[in-house]
Amino acid sequence: MNTTQDTGDVQVAVDAARESSTRAGGAGIPQARPESPATPVPPGPVTMAKALNAALADALAADAGVVVFGEDVGTLGGVFRVTDGLAARFGADRCFDTPLAESGIAGMSVGMAINGMRPVIEMQFDAFAYPAFEQIASHIAKMRNRTRGALAMPIVIRIPYAGGIGGVEHHCDSSEAYYAHTPGLKVVTPATVTDAYLLLRAAIDSDDPVVFLEPKKLYFAKDRVDLDALRAQYESGATGEEPDAGRSGAVAGADPRAALESGGAAVARTGTDATLIAYGPSVPTALAAAAAAAEEGRSLEVVDVRTIVPFDDATVTESVRKTGRAVVISEETGFASVAAEIAARVQERCFHWLATPVLRVTGFDIPYPAPKLEHHFLPSVDRILDAVDDLQWED
Amino acid sequence: MSDDVRTDIAEAARSFGITPEDYMLPARHLIRIVDQDGKALSAEEQDAEPGHDYPVPADEDLLEAYRRLVAGRRINDQNSALVRQGRMAVYPSSHGQEACQVAAAVCLAEGDWLFPTYRDTVAVISRGVDPVEAMTIFRGDWHGGFDPHRHRVSIQSTPLTTQLLHAVGVAHAARLRGEDTVVVALCGDGATSEGDFHEALNFAAVFHLPVIFFVQNNQYAISVPLARQTVAPSLAHKAVGYGMAGERVDGNDLVALLAVLERGVRLVRGGAGPLLVEAHTYRIQAHTNADDATRYREDAEVQEWLARDPVKRMRTYLTDRGLLSDELQSRYEQEAEEIAAALREGMNRETTPDPQELFAHVYTVPTPQLAEQSAQLAEELSREEA
Repeated sequence: MNTTQDTGDVQVAVDAARESSTRAGGAGIPQARPESPATPVPPGPVTMAKALNAALADALAADAGVVVFGEDVGTLGGVFRVTDGLAARFGADRCFDTPLAESGIAGMSVGMAINGMRPVIEMQFDAFAYPAFEQIASHIAKMRNRTRGALAMPIVIRIPYAGGIGGVEHHCDSSEAYYAHTPGLKVVTPATVTDAYLLLRAAIDSDDPVVFLEPKKLYFAKDRVDLDALRAQYESGATGEEPDAGRSGAVAGADPRAALESGGAAVARTGTDATLIAYGPSVPTALAAAAAAAEEGRSLEVVDVRTIVPFDDATVTESVRKTGRAVVISEETGFASVAAEIAARVQERCFHWLATPVLRVTGFDIPYPAPKLEHHFLPSVDRILDAVDDLQWED
Repeated sequence: MSDDVRTDIAEAARSFGITPEDYMLPARHLIRIVDQDGKALSAEEQDAEPGHDYPVPADEDLLEAYRRLVAGRRINDQNSALVRQGRMAVYPSSHGQEACQVAAAVCLAEGDWLFPTYRDTVAVISRGVDPVEAMTIFRGDWHGGFDPHRHRVSIQSTPLTTQLLHAVGVAHAARLRGEDTVVVALCGDGATSEGDFHEALNFAAVFHLPVIFFVQNNQYAISVPLARQTVAPSLAHKAVGYGMAGERVDGNDLVALLAVLERGVRLVRGGAGPLLVEAHTYRIQAHTNADDATRYREDAEVQEWLARDPVKRMRTYLTDRGLLSDELQSRYEQEAEEIAAALREGMNRETTPDPQELFAHVYTVPTPQLAEQSAQLAEELSREEA
């Protein structure tokens, strides 16, 4: 077996992720996705990890060029079990373990892409991906540009990211800004089980490299999703009338392929008074905050960014112009963050519609805290509601 | 080491009548077939260990390689002249290393792949890439000037040894498809200190891939001598630590280089696993025109290496063997002049790169943000013109 450098730590993190789901999305936050009322025969509950697993399996089945590799992704099925059963079903040529070397994994994927494959590589944890950064920033991101389009890099870099699982040091970084700051990469993060499936399928089919950030906190969050129907929907190319039944108004986010090409945020909850802009692990928190605010008579809209790059300015702008107030929520350290970029973009595009400055609720500018302290760091429902209260409601 | 790998290496060793350990360890001495004065060494003079004795390549292969060697030297000197004339900002010359450059290219079949560094322009051109296209990166029009798929030559890599992993990936993809592609990946002595050197060799060995890692040990990484990179017995000795074969060869002896690489390509294509070849050579000129080599090395050392010049050595050898006539020599020189003239003409041509191309290749389809920025630049330019 391919042992990791810290099997014990990994197990702690994995167990914590499992446990967090039983705590309803972590920190007492309700599930992101209400059950679909329209489905006649309710499908069984599916975890995000299972949906990702199904997306990988369906992609492997659909395209002989797709290969999945990384550390512990073969026999073990990944420390979060996202690649469970793939090696057995598709063989060791299609899903395999590599030596324990992240730069090697990323660099090898470049060569395989040059030679006609569509590699899907796994970085075991966010903070373990840093050795691969040179290959990602200098080659995966730039190769198409360097070669004037001659060498495409259809590579997906899957990275479990962010916190909320009580993980030990180096297991909980929110590293999205590093990737979002690197031209040539697309950066995608799902917040729902359905999006996990659809966005990963679209990422694998994209001819551009995609950093696919999987919120660890949500791996074992469940939703009633019919994976067969999702596969049929995706593979037929149908945009789907309402692919994510819990959402409304998500026109731009309806087609995952279009989302990968030109940005595809989704309106996860409609509201009229202020817009909460969030992505990945912060979406359930934002939805919980919106639910709590509703009880106090305040109508909050929640926009799930879904594609950090390309960013969907249109959906975000439309929402904020409608509500006139905005709070950006993310788990990362706030300075020079994705949240900072979003706040700036909203301010540039919505200034004359805004009643108040755009606020951010992010992690503090500190290294990721130890498990007993992380709840002070992570954006919470209370902190979001405090920010909403600060949006100058009284003239 | 898996049983399969052990069997393949044992088989290769057996074909030379030696143990797997003696097959993997480099010979005690440099592989050399022609001495520095161009004299062919007899078998006794070569004193090769069993399994490390290499037959002299075919006459036509020697002549074809020499033809490219003459051109390679001319290309290096022409490019350096173009830098002095201000036509290019920079050119990392391989002057003195041309035998390695040519051998790395000619040992490969058409379907094989070459992964070069920034100093390997002569290898890139020897593989068939148009000289002016190869020089686009140094003229500053764009970061790369040729389609890597056309001649199966990757874009020249500046971040050290990152390309070795790309070579591994190309080889692995080929194997998954059942193709017998061989990949030669180039790097220098300093680059062997990089982490990706280790990761690439280890991946290639573990996956048992047909990759030849060809290290041009030119003694310096800009200013830092080899002694500060490693205290291993040699760079080739690193191979055995990965479970692959290593060999050291005189990098200014084109005959020996061709012999070692031709056998290497045959072996790795046949499934013997990857190979590490270390060529002892010397960077006659400074790192680039921006570098001052007198700050870190003595002229006497340079003079010693000038006496080992690979071009002169090969010319003497081929002439003494009666393979190279004055007429043939003139023809090769004439061809080299034609390439140099084309380079001068191509590099002196004024080019006007299209600013809109800045946004064209970042993604398959420009994102809405890039479309906006492209429009902004277009608008700025139209205002300038107005």
